[in-house]
Amino acid sequence: MEVQVEESWEELRESFRNRRTRSAAWRKSQLRGLLRLLHDKETDIFNAMKDDLGKHPTETYRDEVGILVKSLNLTLTCLDKWMASSKVHVPLVAFPTSGEIVPEPLGVVLIFSSWNFPLGLALDPVIGAIAAGNAVLLKPSELAPACSLFLAKNIPLYLDRKAVKVVEGGATTAEQLLNKKWDKIFFTGSARVGRVIMSAAANHLTPVTLELGGKCPAILDLSSISSSRDRAIDSMKERIKKLYGDKPWENNSMSRIVNQNHFRRLRNLIEDPAVAASIVHGGSMDEENLFIEPTILLDPPLEAEIMTEEIFGPFLPVITVKRIQDSVDFISSRPQPLAIYVFSNDETLRRQVIAETSSGGVTFNDAIIQFACDTLPFGGVGQSGFGKYHGKFSFDAFSHGKSVLRRSLKTEMSFGYPPWTDHKLPFLRAAYNFDYIGIFLLLIGLKRK
Amino acid sequence: MELLNLEESMEELRESFRSRRTRNAAWRRAQLKGLLRMLEEKEEEIFKTLKEDIGKHSAEAFRDEIGTLTKSLNLALSCLEDWMASKKVHVPVIAFPTSGEIVPEPLGVVLIFSTWNFPIGLALEPLIGAIAAGNVAVVKPSELAPACSSFLAKHVPMYLDNKAVKIMEGGVSTAERLLEEKWDKIFFTGSAQVAHVVMSAAAKHLTPVTLELGGKCPAIFDSFSSLRDREVAIRRLVNGKWGLCSGQACVGIDYLLVEEKHASKVIDLLKNRIKNFYGDSPQETNSISRIINKNHFMRLKNLIEDSTVKASIVHGGAMDEDNLFIEPTILLDPPLKSQIMTTEIFGPFLPVITLKKIEDSIEFISSRPQPLAIYAFTKDETFKKRIISETSSGSVTFNDAIIQFACDTLPFGGVGQSGFGKYHGKFSFDEFSHGKAVLRRSLITELSFQYPPWSDYKIGFLRAAYNFDYIALFLLLIGLKRK
Repeated sequence: MEVQVEESWEELRESFRNRRTRSAAWRKSQLRGLLRLLHDKETDIFNAMKDDLGKHPTETYRDEVGILVKSLNLTLTCLDKWMASSKVHVPLVAFPTSGEIVPEPLGVVLIFSSWNFPLGLALDPVIGAIAAGNAVLLKPSELAPACSLFLAKNIPLYLDRKAVKVVEGGATTAEQLLNKKWDKIFFTGSARVGRVIMSAAANHLTPVTLELGGKCPAILDLSSISSSRDRAIDSMKERIKKLYGDKPWENNSMSRIVNQNHFRRLRNLIEDPAVAASIVHGGSMDEENLFIEPTILLDPPLEAEIMTEEIFGPFLPVITVKRIQDSVDFISSRPQPLAIYVFSNDETLRRQVIAETSSGGVTFNDAIIQFACDTLPFGGVGQSGFGKYHGKFSFDAFSHGKSVLRRSLKTEMSFGYPPWTDHKLPFLRAAYNFDYIGIFLLLIGLKRK
Repeated sequence: MELLNLEESMEELRESFRSRRTRNAAWRRAQLKGLLRMLEEKEEEIFKTLKEDIGKHSAEAFRDEIGTLTKSLNLALSCLEDWMASKKVHVPVIAFPTSGEIVPEPLGVVLIFSTWNFPIGLALEPLIGAIAAGNVAVVKPSELAPACSSFLAKHVPMYLDNKAVKIMEGGVSTAERLLEEKWDKIFFTGSAQVAHVVMSAAAKHLTPVTLELGGKCPAIFDSFSSLRDREVAIRRLVNGKWGLCSGQACVGIDYLLVEEKHASKVIDLLKNRIKNFYGDSPQETNSISRIINKNHFMRLKNLIEDSTVKASIVHGGAMDEDNLFIEPTILLDPPLKSQIMTTEIFGPFLPVITLKKIEDSIEFISSRPQPLAIYAFTKDETFKKRIISETSSGSVTFNDAIIQFACDTLPFGGVGQSGFGKYHGKFSFDEFSHGKAVLRRSLITELSFQYPPWSDYKIGFLRAAYNFDYIALFLLLIGLKRK
């Protein structure tokens, strides 16, 4: 395994060094390769997802394949534009000078994916890395082994295997990878592992993007839906039944829990009797099949783990507040989440949420969908991480915007150089204030001396 | 001394941020205007402290620190509302009627580490960005420039909101203590060696960092047919090497690459210009900075102690330990393996490295760690294009040096070993902000095919939706209605 890490890294470095990944043609061919992979192997993908997580193909399409197709199409359409330099305005005092920002790839990048969207969260960052012209090493999550294997097997068939590699493995492999020097590390996962990643990156001064999680709250403004709390909970129960049937474990519309570890972690969350007592819907758990049905709790204790840790499972605590505005304080007194969802038509409340809370993003009257909007940066703040991607933000996350300044040798402002004499300082003052008249007068005054 | 009050200070800062007074434009303006007033009213004192700490002439101090700060403050003041405003984004038609915007918000409580070579400029320039973005901040000036550090500690509280902007003086132990706290952002200017420590500490709290480091910034000197062009280029080169803090600058020229057949001519021209700038006895004119302290003086002395390196000196070389002065020194082809060519010089030694062809400079540079800046004095457009595409650096400047630092529309920062993150102009504002994505959806329209229970036809809708294939979507809907 260590040999694989070493060899892969060497080959990627070589590929980047010989500039293989720079041309638009190469980048487009990789992106098209990914599109073909998603198209040709769709059934395999659905099967792997079902294996690892029990995801229904439609959910897989909606949340992973479809998203990737959209991102790939956008990137292919916009690539030339994103790769182009952008001219910048340069102040008149520096005439004739021109400036531009030239995007360049960072080099050889390492991407860690997570297990819950084992395809989407692996390939969405890869799209950005490739578009920006980098050589890429992807380490899928070992907790989704069928998807990891799928990627390890098929990426080399559809993409340039000398410049885009998949290395499978667990914590040991991750450690070996982190010992190498990367030009960028992109990590999706938990805060705990995020710290390890960033510490390792610090050894090589490698920039990182950390896409973490948090407890994403939803605010339901009952006045906006003209309802009461209990009726709202009843509606939720009805809706769960409509979506998943009377026996959610029998219909195949809902994922299961990824593994025994997480199953037990979730079970522990509701073992506390005060927490268990607050369950108002669901609660049944099938350890053999790793299935937990949609479960609603009403006002579990706020100090319970279910309310202090990210749940990452099918338990929905409903917390009642006296006035819906109190939710702003509730949220802002806790760590910044990746997203806040607000179901309300009250413009004042909406403005209050935007101004008085901090989160990766805020979505009104929907949930999750912001993930699909390419013009919005996707990323966290505080404990939910830093850095952003999606759309052009992905390209930028894996690029360095190099400043290029072109000066002419024709004009010279000698007051900027020694030997320092009394008259030079006023010139400098005028220049920094863009006081062109001042400069002119000084020049004239000087000529008269 | 500050350490005793650190807990209190941190609590005060957090409370200031929590109180939301740094959020409104009025507060931010007041701070920025306060800084402007301070620079104006205390200019003489600033000149004195810079002279004391590093022997900078007041014109150099104005040009490189006060002037750039004034420019940045004026820009921030005139652009603040624009920068603070949300930016609407386009949302695909399929999601109609949905609107999206990016709302900038401050990160919170930020820590800024400054360095000693531009002890006022590099302390306050990042602070401008932090304040403009609505944060509260601690600035730790470099203890190696003690007069400037004291100046900041004394005067910033008099001109700015001292519950929200604090100066904390001290050395390594103060820095270590500060790094134990949880910050929402750390901005560090300094050496790669210390950067490792800063980033490791930041990792414990998942604090985002900006690292403005240095590196060996090369200058490429091509041949010029016009004597005047060559003269201007030489002047800018000399200024780029010795004009800023006597070579002790992250963006300063570290070494020079020339074609071997032009080397002696270029060196002659450099010698003439050095004399023109600094006279026959540079130590006696007051136009060039001295070395910051004994430590660095000894470090520089060691660089030229090696006999082969010493033998390559073609100009200068005189060193005065008592006065911490080293005169402008040129070396011709010192060994590439010597320390003077493998570590950042940060001093007034200019190695001139000769190449068979000037184009070989591209390979020379790209086989070494990425520097903060590459300077190329050339009129050859093809060569310029190759430099841009075949090397990597924080920035590239043609036919001048250092000046990119003053251009607010260009991001200033490194890549690879020269760091990551960027600032100046709006980039400063962005560096200390979080761009919060806000999406507003309507409850009126609903695309039910995206929810369970899953059935065969829903995936068809999803495919059309993700391909923005509105016609297919429409046809599916019609087909559905007919069923």
